[in-house]
Amino acid sequence: MSLYTRRTWVNRFGIGLSMIAMAFGMAALMWILWTLFSKGFSAFTWDFFTKDTPAPGTPGGGLRNAIVGSGLILLATTFVSTPIGILAGIYLAEFGDRSRFASATRFVTDIMLSAPSIVIGLFVYALVVVTFGGFSGWAGSLSLALIAIPVVVRTTENMLRLVPSSLREAAFALGAPHWQVSLKVTLRAVKAGVVTGVLLAIARVTGETAPLLFTALSNQFFSTDMSKPMGNLPVVIFQFGMSPYDNWVQLAWGGSLLIALMVLAINVGARIIFRQKDNL
Amino acid sequence: MTEHVPLTGEDIALQIRNLDFYYGDFKGLKNVNLDIARNKVTAFIGPSGCGKSTLLRTFNRMYDLYPGQRAEGEIMFNDKNLLDKKQDVNMVRAKIGMVFQKPTPFPMTIYENIAFGVRLYERMSKSEMDDRVEWALRKAALWDEVNDKLGQSGLSLSGGQQQRLCIARAVAVKPEIVLLDEPTSALDPISTAKVEELVDELKTEYTIAMVTHNMQQAARISDYTAFMYLGELIEFGKTDELFVKPKKQQTEDYITGRFG
Repeated sequence: MSLYTRRTWVNRFGIGLSMIAMAFGMAALMWILWTLFSKGFSAFTWDFFTKDTPAPGTPGGGLRNAIVGSGLILLATTFVSTPIGILAGIYLAEFGDRSRFASATRFVTDIMLSAPSIVIGLFVYALVVVTFGGFSGWAGSLSLALIAIPVVVRTTENMLRLVPSSLREAAFALGAPHWQVSLKVTLRAVKAGVVTGVLLAIARVTGETAPLLFTALSNQFFSTDMSKPMGNLPVVIFQFGMSPYDNWVQLAWGGSLLIALMVLAINVGARIIFRQKDNL
Repeated sequence: MTEHVPLTGEDIALQIRNLDFYYGDFKGLKNVNLDIARNKVTAFIGPSGCGKSTLLRTFNRMYDLYPGQRAEGEIMFNDKNLLDKKQDVNMVRAKIGMVFQKPTPFPMTIYENIAFGVRLYERMSKSEMDDRVEWALRKAALWDEVNDKLGQSGLSLSGGQQQRLCIARAVAVKPEIVLLDEPTSALDPISTAKVEELVDELKTEYTIAMVTHNMQQAARISDYTAFMYLGELIEFGKTDELFVKPKKQQTEDYITGRFG
């Protein structure tokens, strides 16, 4: 066999292996999506969005309280983690750089990135729930924010490091103070990337269940009071999915599909925003 | 090596005395002495790594951004030593503008690119700002090309236009000195010609110090030329004289293309 034909066959073999690997991954993903759609889509009725979670043994019901609760908790999480994460990222990339404090922050952030979410849930439980005497939506948001912040910090820092130093120098050369250079020029240059990072962090915490079990708990009734236990999709799915009631299981499938669609929408949104990075 | 050559009959904008520069332990500039004449173009030529950009970057303390880089000596500007630790660096940079090798428009509109620097040191009404933006863009010979798209991103312009936008941005804050660090090396010949014309016009109002790799460019547009080699200022004088009758052998070798 000539060297050339040999190379052709090795090439085909390599491509073949990659295709099989890709098909394997895609098949798993498609299977999950298909299962969710086939079992959960029928749950998407008017009642699903307008009625609250039913009591045991009561027919019908919906997930209104859990959907609204999840929305509120995620909203608060976003408002807490975005500014903290972005500012910390700016500090690491633009100000701290190689200082001791910055290295320590970076190290802790990396550990937090891989910390099991149940540990963070327990931490907030011990720190907030026990101290302030009760489960609450705020505690839920806090635990989710602790998971989201490191993601935002790291993406912001990595994005800012991609800014060419010539752009930074150009801004300094006009006599701009450091904070203006960072906020108005370099952060602006990577705006799309940073927004993408925030969205991916939110997508990441949307389905987190363990931290919420210890913090927001759940609430069978509709409530917008963040200082009280609050219904939320992941915990309802966890509880209803393992229950003996058919309507509960059906609602759990519907909730799972809803979360999957939300995460999908956020990811697609992030991609669209990232693609428009050259626009203002 | 470098004896100081006083400029006769010129108003001096920058006086550089006994300037040494260090990148960590490496000495990038060795005892440079030089005067930059007001409202004239001074060009810095020399082979890569000779220290010409390093020298330019001491004039606005750009090196301050990088730990490990330091300058010793004196650069007198309006009777003050720029290198003084107490000197407010941002004030220096507002008075001594800089344009870089690669065009660096900020990620904002053309209008905002100009207004950003102006707002740092002046308060003015919207209409005054409009006037200033137009004034700066006209100075940079860019107004006719962009006046109908001031709201577009500065990044949407061509390379040559971006570089003139950067010049407009530097001019807009009304500095005394404009530093140009190889401003045309990333541009095509037509854009280069435009920038060169611009430099010639700007010198009526500004003092210009320019680093260039292109000896013809230095010969074409500068009044004074400094030849540098290995961190030292080898020869400095009127451009006509330096290119026609260099006093040092090294200068002659370089401008006749024997090395570099």
